[in-house]
Amino acid sequence: MNFDHTDDRRMLADTLERALRDGYGIETRNAGAYGDTGYDPAIWAQLSELGIVSALFDEAAGGFGGSGFDIMVVFEALGRALVVEPFLGALMAGRALAAAGGHDEALAGIVTGETIAAFAHDDAATPVVATRGADGWVLNGTKAVVRQAGAASLFVVSVAGEGEPLLFAVPTDTPGVSVRSYNVVDGGAAGEVMFVDVTLTDNARLGGDGDGQRIHDAAIDAGLLALSAEAVGAMEYVKEATLGYLRDRKQFGIPIGKFQALQHRMATVLLEIEQAHSAVINAAAAFDGTDAKARAKALSAAKYTIGRTGALVAEESVQMHGGIGMTWEYAVSHYAKRLVMIDHQLGDEDFHLQRYIALG
Amino acid sequence: MDLSFTPAEEAFREDVRAFFRDKLPARLSKLVREGRRLRKADMEEWHATLNDRGWLANHWPEEWGGPGWSVIQRFIFDNESALAHAPRVVPFGVNMLGPVLIKYGSDEQKRHWLPRILDGSDWWCQGYSEPGAGSDLAGLKTTAVRQTREGGDVYIVNGQKTWTTLGQFADMIFCLVRTDSSAKKQEGISFLLIDMKTPGIEVRPITLLDGEAEVNEVFFTDVEVPVANLVGEENMGWTYAKYLLTYERTNIAGVGFSIAAFEHLKQVAQEQKKNGRALAEDPLFAARMARVEIDLANMQTTNLRVLAAVAGGGAPGAESSMLKIKGTEIRQEITALNRRAYGTYAAPYVPEALEAGWNGEPIGPDDAATAAPSYFNNRKLSIFGGSNEIQKNIISKAILGL
Repeated sequence: MNFDHTDDRRMLADTLERALRDGYGIETRNAGAYGDTGYDPAIWAQLSELGIVSALFDEAAGGFGGSGFDIMVVFEALGRALVVEPFLGALMAGRALAAAGGHDEALAGIVTGETIAAFAHDDAATPVVATRGADGWVLNGTKAVVRQAGAASLFVVSVAGEGEPLLFAVPTDTPGVSVRSYNVVDGGAAGEVMFVDVTLTDNARLGGDGDGQRIHDAAIDAGLLALSAEAVGAMEYVKEATLGYLRDRKQFGIPIGKFQALQHRMATVLLEIEQAHSAVINAAAAFDGTDAKARAKALSAAKYTIGRTGALVAEESVQMHGGIGMTWEYAVSHYAKRLVMIDHQLGDEDFHLQRYIALG
Repeated sequence: MDLSFTPAEEAFREDVRAFFRDKLPARLSKLVREGRRLRKADMEEWHATLNDRGWLANHWPEEWGGPGWSVIQRFIFDNESALAHAPRVVPFGVNMLGPVLIKYGSDEQKRHWLPRILDGSDWWCQGYSEPGAGSDLAGLKTTAVRQTREGGDVYIVNGQKTWTTLGQFADMIFCLVRTDSSAKKQEGISFLLIDMKTPGIEVRPITLLDGEAEVNEVFFTDVEVPVANLVGEENMGWTYAKYLLTYERTNIAGVGFSIAAFEHLKQVAQEQKKNGRALAEDPLFAARMARVEIDLANMQTTNLRVLAAVAGGGAPGAESSMLKIKGTEIRQEITALNRRAYGTYAAPYVPEALEAGWNGEPIGPDDAATAAPSYFNNRKLSIFGGSNEIQKNIISKAILGL
């Protein structure tokens, strides 16, 4: 039993946290997050050079980490600084390519940070369907709210197939692919990705028959862990900011943190964050384990927990801040938006509770 | 980061399991599993079995008869004990008074009282709460006035204690009493050991909402207590009382109890039917179960994180308040689900069915009779040992710095 990170992992987290502390204030973040591209390419390049993307992959994939706890420390630090740069897309697309094998060049581009990749998963009203063509595949339909779709040069597209998911690596300049970009409410950009008679060779498919579920899960599982860890990092920031406010803000002549009504709410926030932290630790440990069902359950348990707790922390922190928590200028409001909207990615609290039950 | 137990800890777990397999009578584990009330003799029997193995006071120093376990070993033991449906250790002598005597008692007091706790010579109860001093414990009014006597001075004790759990069985009571009424309220309190057979003591049972009389009022009228029964210094009792409240909190979350109760609930949810299928397959009930199961899995790791932080020695501080709040919420939710699971058959009230040794014909499913009374009885979890609101006050001050 040991809840300390290894020295290497601690150093990775320290490096990332220092870089973000020094160069990623809320104004910098918001300039990227609410700007046209939805992130800052210079900051992306700087963080990639530090090896932050490589830390998310094992040596076979060209990285130097890749365990559940590596993903956890990186995304916790990203969440604490409310980073909008496209790490999640890199992780999910890269994990899918690595699980499939045979896409070394595309994978290398992602791991070094040179390629911006997006994982296109949720379907719009017209789902993407893949039909076998003469010497490959034809894709038609629309993927919904694909994060950083406009900036990406590579999509990994997951399509519901017969019996198993089908996954394709699709360069964004492939004829028939178009993107309608927009910003999202919690910062960052996304897009509707439309496929009209997009013709792919069989090489674009990740893996062969029987590999689809495994490749799909490799991407989704990593994404679930990353989002859960990101949420806990954001919660930690919000907790500290709210505590600071409770100590400093005076009403009726005393700090508002002296009022029991607020103390008890804050105590509840604290212990629910600790529970969420435990859920992410459980998920990271199971992520590296060999028991597939235990891994799926722990990941759904974590995503369910951070969905529920994220909304609690967001709502309580805004409430305890009062009016200032409602302002665009104050960082907590942007964290609150992220904590609420993270429940809308890769399945919400109810979805993961149902999945947890179905797993038995 | 590594969530696994060491091979030595796993070997220890096997030893503990073997002990429960060999030494825990099926009769006792059945009573505990079914949520029935144990008799005094049942509890004494189990204490004696644990004491024979040297495991009764598992957090005491070896010098006084403890096994020298780490906090992780204690966690493992407590969990396995709950999973084996062993009776819980009656805490008043072993967990509450023992540590206070070991830290603050005189050599003579330690030599006299500690072995008697272990061998069961004395059944202890706790004299803290009063009708006017609950969460505001330091507001207690029971007085002890020192009088000079030939053959040794005595304290004359007058007042009333309440919520005295299992006081009806007790030979001795440890009491907080006021010895200086002019001092600040925390500074005039002393810690006294009082023989329950002393003239002037009267014990009256309080029947609780589940029909059980496990708690009592204890009245003191001119009760004479030898000054040799004062623990530590006069007027320093509040310090000792606080120590008692923070000691031995490795099991405060009751994770083992919750795991055992949840396993039982899963079985009940398979057996009980709703709309022609197992209750476990009802989406709303399944969701309630899954929520508490996830909370419990998180709690287990939270508890271990707190323990790992203090594994070098010592006891968790204010973190135990977090464990207490969340741990008791989880335990209460499981008892609530168990009550709901029986539907209409949770309602019949059959007091005899709650007692050990009852062999009557059950009304409805076998264990239905204990479900609602257990739920109501366990409302106490968030009230006693410092209510969950008091725990939030502690978190606010000690962890949040508000």
